[in-house]
Amino acid sequence: MANGPVFLERRSYRARRLMDAVRLLPLFGLALWMVPLMWPLPQAEDGGIAMSTALLYLFGVWLMLVAMRAVLWWKTARLRERETDAPE
Amino acid sequence: MSVGINQLIFVCLAYVVFLFVVAFLAERASARGRFAAILRSPLVYTLSLSIYCTAWTFYGAVGYAARSGLEYLTIYLGPSLVMIGWWWILRRLVSIGRSQRVTSIADLISSRYGKSNALAIVVTLMAVIGVTPYIALQLQSVVLSFSIFATSDGGGGQGLHPIRAAFWVAMGLALFTVLFGTRNLNVNERHHGIVIAVAVEAVVKLVALLAVGIFVVWGLAGGLTEMLARIDASDIGEWEVQSSRWATLTLLSAAAFLCLPRMFQVMVVENDDDRSLQIASWAFPAYLMLMSLFVVPIAVVGLDLLPAGSNPDLFVLSLPLSQNQNGLAMLSFLGGFSSATSMVIVATLALSTMVSNHIIMPVWLALRQGGAAQSGDVRGVIIQSRRFCILLVIALGFLYYRASGGSGALAAIGTISFGGVAQFLPALLGGIFWRGATRTGAFCGLGTGFALWVFTMLLPSFGIDVALSKETFDQGLLGAGWLRPRALFGIEGLDPTVHAVVWSLSLNTLVFTVISIFSFPEPVERLQGAQFVNVTDHAGPSRVWTASVAGSEDLMIMSQRIMGAAEAQAFFRKQTQAQGLSGHLPEPTPAFIEALERELAASVGAATAHAMVGQIVGGSSISVQDLLAVADESAQMLEYSSQLEQKSRELSVTAAQLRAANEKLTQLSLQKDGFLSQISHELRTPMTSIRSFSEILRDTGSLSEADKTRYASIIHAETIRLTRLLDDLLDLSVLENGQVSLHLGQEPLHAVLERAVTTVVSGGEEGLHVRVAPQETHVVLNTDLDRLVQVFINLISNARKYCQAETPELTITPRLTATGLTIDFVDNGKGIAGDEQAVVFEKFYRVGGSQGDGAGLGLAICQEIMERLGGKVRYLAGMQGGAFQVTLPHKALVVKTVPSP
Repeated sequence: MANGPVFLERRSYRARRLMDAVRLLPLFGLALWMVPLMWPLPQAEDGGIAMSTALLYLFGVWLMLVAMRAVLWWKTARLRERETDAPE
Repeated sequence: MSVGINQLIFVCLAYVVFLFVVAFLAERASARGRFAAILRSPLVYTLSLSIYCTAWTFYGAVGYAARSGLEYLTIYLGPSLVMIGWWWILRRLVSIGRSQRVTSIADLISSRYGKSNALAIVVTLMAVIGVTPYIALQLQSVVLSFSIFATSDGGGGQGLHPIRAAFWVAMGLALFTVLFGTRNLNVNERHHGIVIAVAVEAVVKLVALLAVGIFVVWGLAGGLTEMLARIDASDIGEWEVQSSRWATLTLLSAAAFLCLPRMFQVMVVENDDDRSLQIASWAFPAYLMLMSLFVVPIAVVGLDLLPAGSNPDLFVLSLPLSQNQNGLAMLSFLGGFSSATSMVIVATLALSTMVSNHIIMPVWLALRQGGAAQSGDVRGVIIQSRRFCILLVIALGFLYYRASGGSGALAAIGTISFGGVAQFLPALLGGIFWRGATRTGAFCGLGTGFALWVFTMLLPSFGIDVALSKETFDQGLLGAGWLRPRALFGIEGLDPTVHAVVWSLSLNTLVFTVISIFSFPEPVERLQGAQFVNVTDHAGPSRVWTASVAGSEDLMIMSQRIMGAAEAQAFFRKQTQAQGLSGHLPEPTPAFIEALERELAASVGAATAHAMVGQIVGGSSISVQDLLAVADESAQMLEYSSQLEQKSRELSVTAAQLRAANEKLTQLSLQKDGFLSQISHELRTPMTSIRSFSEILRDTGSLSEADKTRYASIIHAETIRLTRLLDDLLDLSVLENGQVSLHLGQEPLHAVLERAVTTVVSGGEEGLHVRVAPQETHVVLNTDLDRLVQVFINLISNARKYCQAETPELTITPRLTATGLTIDFVDNGKGIAGDEQAVVFEKFYRVGGSQGDGAGLGLAICQEIMERLGGKVRYLAGMQGGAFQVTLPHKALVVKTVPSP
């Protein structure tokens, strides 16, 4: 936006960064879930990754993504509410 | 082992009755407008998405895990990422679905690519081919689960005929779908009955799987820690998923999640608002996580406890049974049953909508020559065709099940189905993100991807020497080594699934983008493309109908037949009010027809609705082609009008010229009148004196000789004057008629000038000083010298006659120029006034109407002579006094020059 203001007030700045987070979250999740691509297979010298570890890691990431997405949803929803409450 | 098959069937039927009741109550509540908060709640939306988890998930995931470890997770990671990244794709899809009233994925793709029904047909056929095995798979899983109970019943499966069981299950599902799927025609009005039933089934299957999982972990394994230890100690105790499969299957499941017709149905078509989607963006991944949470424990414990060789696909069911947990087994059975039925119901609904809207309706419309405007209950026809399609799709699934004999692991069939529908992905994503995507590109991309999928995934899945011969596997199609279904282009060693998915999707994308880049979209495509890609910015009309001719009444009649009388009337009334009119029929404004078309599109799909409205609005419909044609026309008109302007400018110039000419003519006429009176005077004066003197000579006898001589001389002089006048006139007329013949001669300029000057000056009384500038006078002329001298004499004598200076002086300046020789005659008098300059060369004109002895023919004669000689004479304006310029062309000069003296 070449014509807009260069700096935003704090709240709209927050809102924009929140949307950035919303957009980036799936990429973050993808990166974490593709980590197993680097795990050694059982044939490797040091042995493979234990099933329980893999299970905990993948479901841990899953849980974290769901939680983060829920928090982001809650925050953006509150933001929107505030916006509709007090239109500029 | 006390669960009898009859008991099972009873529970099953009770459950089905329960579902019918729930669906019926939901329909009734929605019809009465009650419980809208529940019916449209985000929770119900999220749960309805759970049809992603089919029997393949419920039974197959455990089998998958038992066979290949954690690889089964990829099937849920992809959709989870898609949901968490709702902002990127789903937000757009849902907006487009709402703004374009999209009815299915085929409708979306066809609508994006210029409402092309051909494309819709292709997508529909591909979807049917891709999904039919999946429906068969659900039937198979239900029958398998029945058979587990039947065998455990001790009857050895005698009490259950698998094909017959599958048939009855299929019939039940068809009945349910027909009852609740075709109640209302408008697909955009949610099928509340079905959605609620699906939501209930989602809860049942989740609860069932969790219950089995909890029983396994805490009941059989003895706690979480023990469970984890047991997992590590089991056959699948180590991470051993191939990297390529991990990434590829995640991608494949994400693609299928977007492209599966049934997912599209619940996710986009049945979506009400963004809020539901946003909540589902975290709630659905959570649901998927819970669904897959206990898969590995169940698989591990099942592998441990159950006898070797038992089908791991049924561990969910056989594990509780083996532990005599009949209640749990029953719940588990209901969970699996729910997974299968909800998937079949929604998939059938989605497919039947596609088949009916894009294949049957267009054919029906085309067969009826009168088209949409004719009478007949289209509404009934559409509903009938939907019902027929539901039966058709389920029948196809059943036939596939019968033909395949219920073989193969569940997961394999699921992956193949995913691979088929994933081929829509490039066209879908290209359509909503890239305005340059064209219909041709979509066609070619889909075709390529689909062909590769059939060749590398579907046909090989039947086994060697079933669909494809062993030679084809080893040597390639038709002996072409690079066309081996498991090693395209000679690249071997890839996992067959990875190989098929990577090749089909990447070549699909490549062909789609390349052809799109090199083809040119039609106008409707470009408009739709702009609308789809910019859907989050604005939603404008995609085309304009000019319906001045279209009767609102005809539209009303047609809409009633499609939307139903009450709905159509309500819609028309609302539109009328929106237009600020009273009565029932709105003005057929483009906006109204646009809205109507969308409304109809919700029932019969964009392409058909477009065609139907087009038929009614008929000749007055403006397609974009027409619009462009109009634009062309207006461009032509613009050009034409600029031509006209040009012409009118020319005309006004001509008019000005004509005015000037007219002025000149008027002036000339005046001159002529003046001249006629002048000439009559001129003629009369000598004639009078000739008459008088000749009368005197005739009548007076006594005249002295001297008097006689004098009178005769006067008569003679006067006749000479008359003769000269007549000579001049004759001369002029000869020159004007071009009858003059030139007598060419050569003489230097100075000699010619001298002759002229001498002739004039010697005959004049008062002194005109003539000065000839020295330059160029040595130029030798080659022309009719006598005529030229005549011109010079005329100009010089004019100066003598009209120059009013005290000491009249004439300067003659010859000059050689690029075009020839110019000779300026400039005197020091007042010159000729501007308005007279234009007519000074006219015949009979005399400057200032002055009385001279000339007849006003001199300059006219000069002009004629100079024209004959190839030169010209003109008045030089802007000089000090009267100034004339004579110009002679080069050809009137001799190249050889006489050296100046």
